[in-house]
Amino acid sequence: MSGPTRGFLGRSRQPRDPRLPPGQYDTGADWPVLTAEVTPRLDPQRWSFTIDGLVQRPTTWSWDELHALAAHDSAAGGHPPEYRGDIHCVTTWSKLGTWFGGISLDTLLDAAEPLLDQGFVLATSTTGYTTNLPLADVREHRAWLAWSHEGKPLSADHGGPVRLLVPHLYFWKSAKWVTRLTVMDHDEAGFWERNGYHDRGDPWLEQRYQGD
Amino acid sequence: MTDPLFAAKAPTPAGGWRTATVALVDHPTPRTVRLRLDVPDRVDHLPGQHYVVRLTAPDGYTAQRSYSVSSAPSDELLELLVERWPDGEVSSYLADDLQVGDRLQVRGPIGGWFVWRGDDPVLVVGGGTGVVPLVAVWRHSVHLGRTDLVRVVAAGRTPADLPYAQELTAAGARMLYSRTATATRPAARIGLDDVADLVAADPVATALVCGSAGFAETASRLLVDAGKPVGAVRVERFGPTT
Repeated sequence: MSGPTRGFLGRSRQPRDPRLPPGQYDTGADWPVLTAEVTPRLDPQRWSFTIDGLVQRPTTWSWDELHALAAHDSAAGGHPPEYRGDIHCVTTWSKLGTWFGGISLDTLLDAAEPLLDQGFVLATSTTGYTTNLPLADVREHRAWLAWSHEGKPLSADHGGPVRLLVPHLYFWKSAKWVTRLTVMDHDEAGFWERNGYHDRGDPWLEQRYQGD
Repeated sequence: MTDPLFAAKAPTPAGGWRTATVALVDHPTPRTVRLRLDVPDRVDHLPGQHYVVRLTAPDGYTAQRSYSVSSAPSDELLELLVERWPDGEVSSYLADDLQVGDRLQVRGPIGGWFVWRGDDPVLVVGGGTGVVPLVAVWRHSVHLGRTDLVRVVAAGRTPADLPYAQELTAAGARMLYSRTATATRPAARIGLDDVADLVAADPVATALVCGSAGFAETASRLLVDAGKPVGAVRVERFGPTT
């Protein structure tokens, strides 16, 4: 680490919001859109979500089936179908105190039954976008399929009708327009991970780029 | 189902942090600042890639932001163009305080998707400061003697607002102004007529679209409506990065 930049004092840091990971700033009410491809227009009735790969029961759910499952989770006190908290983008904005609704990935993985505990998953979007995660990062109430944001249907530019939500990692892991999750026994780099970004992407460790 | 354009490419390593020396600072438009940096042991970038600039306060506090490169890899210096945002913590420092001779921590090049490798036809479409990577593409094509591969569409409010407007105009770019009428075009936002013939001339050529979220959404959609396959369009969207 080199010395200070001449003349740079930075914003007032007293107090810095403890919810902000290092190197992040609070984007406030904004929610920037960062996507590498053309925004697809998806008809939820023609969209489906599949868990395949190393699972006991490869399963595909329709939009209606997922909503029915989520309603059942809510009524039965199952895995929480909602996330309230913060999200962090590698481009250094964080959005604090926001919330999403959908269904916990735990519910879906419980149904598909991965054949291993320490594996990996590759999430794939309808656009062909991919991102890889350790299986452990999408279990234990840490990952969702999200279809609403702060009470409104998730808009297409933010990944609607359905995106992956893995809020404890940088947000490129939360694949927009997700349609498939493949359980694997090995790690396979996804789109940004092949393009210079970190394999895991923990914002609290500032795992932004390869080598961090 | 995986689009071939998303297929694996060799990873592009981000170089480590380097201490660059500021060789030039100027303000091409009222809202932008151009930096030319001498970066020791620089890793050659591809047009379209970006760099991270990190500022450090005396107490160790740091702030970092990403900025697209406008220089060609063959340029001895690294050129960045930064839009100054009101109250922007990093951009206001760069625009108002930075001086020639200052040292800056930089890291890059970063990104391996939104790039032009210099050997295939490309249609580049940028709005506002989204023209920055287009300038890198154009300059690289000049260096390679392959300007025939590149078609440029640049959009802004007025010529005075648009960074690199003169250079892009001289390059034969199609200039689209939303507030300034020209001899060939009324003042208007980008529309289908502005891109249809370029798409028709080479539908499968890769298109690079860069700009604000709104511009990128509109422009990428227009390219698809004009007949370009979705998989041929690569998009770089940015919001206010302060």
